[in-house]
Amino acid sequence: MGHEAQETDATADVDFKEVQSTPRFQELRKRHRSFVFPMTIAFLLWYFAYVLLADYAVEFMSTKVWGNINVGLIMGLLQFVTTFAITGWYVNYSNRKLDPIAAEIRHEIEGHEFDKHGNQISGV
Amino acid sequence: MMFMVPAVNVADLKETTLLNMGIFALFVAITMIIVIKASKNNKTAADYYAAGRSFTGSQNGTAIAGDYLSAASFLGITGAIAINGYDGFMYSIGFLVAWLVALLLVAELLRNTGKFTMADVLSFRLKQRPVRIAAAISTLVVCFFYLLAQMAGAGTLISLLLGISDWGGQALVIIVVGALMIMYVLIGGMKGTTWVQIIKAVLLIAGAAVMTLWVLAIYGFNLSSLLGGAVEASGNQNLLNPGLQYGKTETSKIDFMSLALALVLGTAALPHVLMRFYTVPTAKEARKSVVWSIWLIGLFYLFTLVLGFGAAALVGADTIKSAPGGVNSAAPLLAFHLGGPLLLGFISAVAFATILAVVAGLTITAAASFAHDIYASVIAKGKADAATEVKVARRTVVVIGVLAIIGGIFANGQNVAFLVALAFAVAASANLPTIVYSLYWRKFTTQGAIWSMYGGLGSAIILIALSPVVSGAKTSMIPGANFAIFPLSNPGIVSIPLAFFLGWLGSVLDKNVEDITKQAEMEVRSLTGVGAEKATEH
Repeated sequence: MGHEAQETDATADVDFKEVQSTPRFQELRKRHRSFVFPMTIAFLLWYFAYVLLADYAVEFMSTKVWGNINVGLIMGLLQFVTTFAITGWYVNYSNRKLDPIAAEIRHEIEGHEFDKHGNQISGV
Repeated sequence: MMFMVPAVNVADLKETTLLNMGIFALFVAITMIIVIKASKNNKTAADYYAAGRSFTGSQNGTAIAGDYLSAASFLGITGAIAINGYDGFMYSIGFLVAWLVALLLVAELLRNTGKFTMADVLSFRLKQRPVRIAAAISTLVVCFFYLLAQMAGAGTLISLLLGISDWGGQALVIIVVGALMIMYVLIGGMKGTTWVQIIKAVLLIAGAAVMTLWVLAIYGFNLSSLLGGAVEASGNQNLLNPGLQYGKTETSKIDFMSLALALVLGTAALPHVLMRFYTVPTAKEARKSVVWSIWLIGLFYLFTLVLGFGAAALVGADTIKSAPGGVNSAAPLLAFHLGGPLLLGFISAVAFATILAVVAGLTITAAASFAHDIYASVIAKGKADAATEVKVARRTVVVIGVLAIIGGIFANGQNVAFLVALAFAVAASANLPTIVYSLYWRKFTTQGAIWSMYGGLGSAIILIALSPVVSGAKTSMIPGANFAIFPLSNPGIVSIPLAFFLGWLGSVLDKNVEDITKQAEMEVRSLTGVGAEKATEH
């Protein structure tokens, strides 16, 4: 497994504890967690609120809004909308706030394989 | 208009058997050629398990959709909506929202820290041997549950589509499906499997899109009148309201909560989904693949809403229930109603391809886990060379294939969507707590991982064994016996919190301290991608 040997060589002399304690890495960690944790809690709450309503507030969910389309169906379709929206939001956030720092740190550690934008330099 | 719907005559379906078989044979021939071509570059273990990490995000995203949209999604959910209306729709929502857990918490960090299997990540900073064994065992169990569901689906589908209704004939077709699957995986490895999944995903989504537009066109692109048609045909005013299936008793309401929990937390813990993230070159591509698959899967579930209510309105619940294959026959019957034998032939071939592709993905995951985690790391203690490891993996493929065939023959006739929901519950209980803790909680220890994995796996399986699924009800696997002391049919609401609790308890009670250097390494690697394996170049 030649590729694994290569990988261990490239990072064998890296002091990960030191990298971990740098302010830049701490900032990356903070930015990542401050987005994904609240967002996870938010969509889980919204999902379970929806499930509980469907389970215990059947009459409310059965209220017709337009033709045969009721509140339950609209809320179900809104779950689709929020899922797509959070996906787009996260991608946007990662591209702006996470990827540049991650690429910088990685560039410093294994600069010979990646350029500053995180793209692999070909031919290495 | 709703009263002029021509009845679907189930006996007519048998006349299309040859056509169905022809379309399916064509699919097999084309994919086999692609698999053989794709396998030319399979040299290393990374090639065999992770397709040389050479797929792009959008290719992998399509393959994930192909892996995820199983027969349970297509046949099971369409049928559930056709019969149970709104409650069936809620399966779709759980299956989709679950992807946010994978996107936000798991996919990228996992791609950055592992190589081939889920156990790579879980054992990264803990004691290798015990954690790897536990992770491999839970991988094998989850894959086996999921395999059973797919093979059971194959049996049901066959009875309807090929007009083979005797037990022996169905067993023969399950053997053929199993043998084909073994060939794909043996020849093509992960690369071949991925291509089969991509082709299948495109065919499935295209087929569902055509049928959806067709149904909508019949109702003048008015969703409200389609829903009205479904209510009218079923004669049940509550079809569009929640509670038809799960609202009967207090127990069934809690059962529904349990199912919802298992669905939303299960996806990010399914070993065959996790393994797909290793087939892309970087974490950024892993993110792209999840985004791509969320769009495809979401779109597909929107189609199932129309297809399910369309089947209720145009085919009718009574025809669906009395057809061979029961609830699972809603989508094929709707295809027959809309486009006659040709569309039915196409949709059945797609449904077969669906089963074949998902089964292949599960098999390669289970084989990789056995060869990489149990054989190479535990039995050979890391001294096995890559060639031997791949050889072991190939042999495991054959063993798992044979087990799946035998299991499939016996599980034939069980409810497909339901078996898949159980696999989700087992995955969420056994794997998710350890995945989340080891990525995000510094003080997590080996003891915590072991307690959580075995506790989650064990409690989920014991509760299933003691539930109405296995005994005590008319629809149970053993209808004659009654040892169902646990009232819920899905164990998630008990076993998932229990596994999270055990992971915490095991860690705080652990007297051994874990290696903080390894923790630092895992955290830095997971967030930055330092040292992550790149695409192999040939």
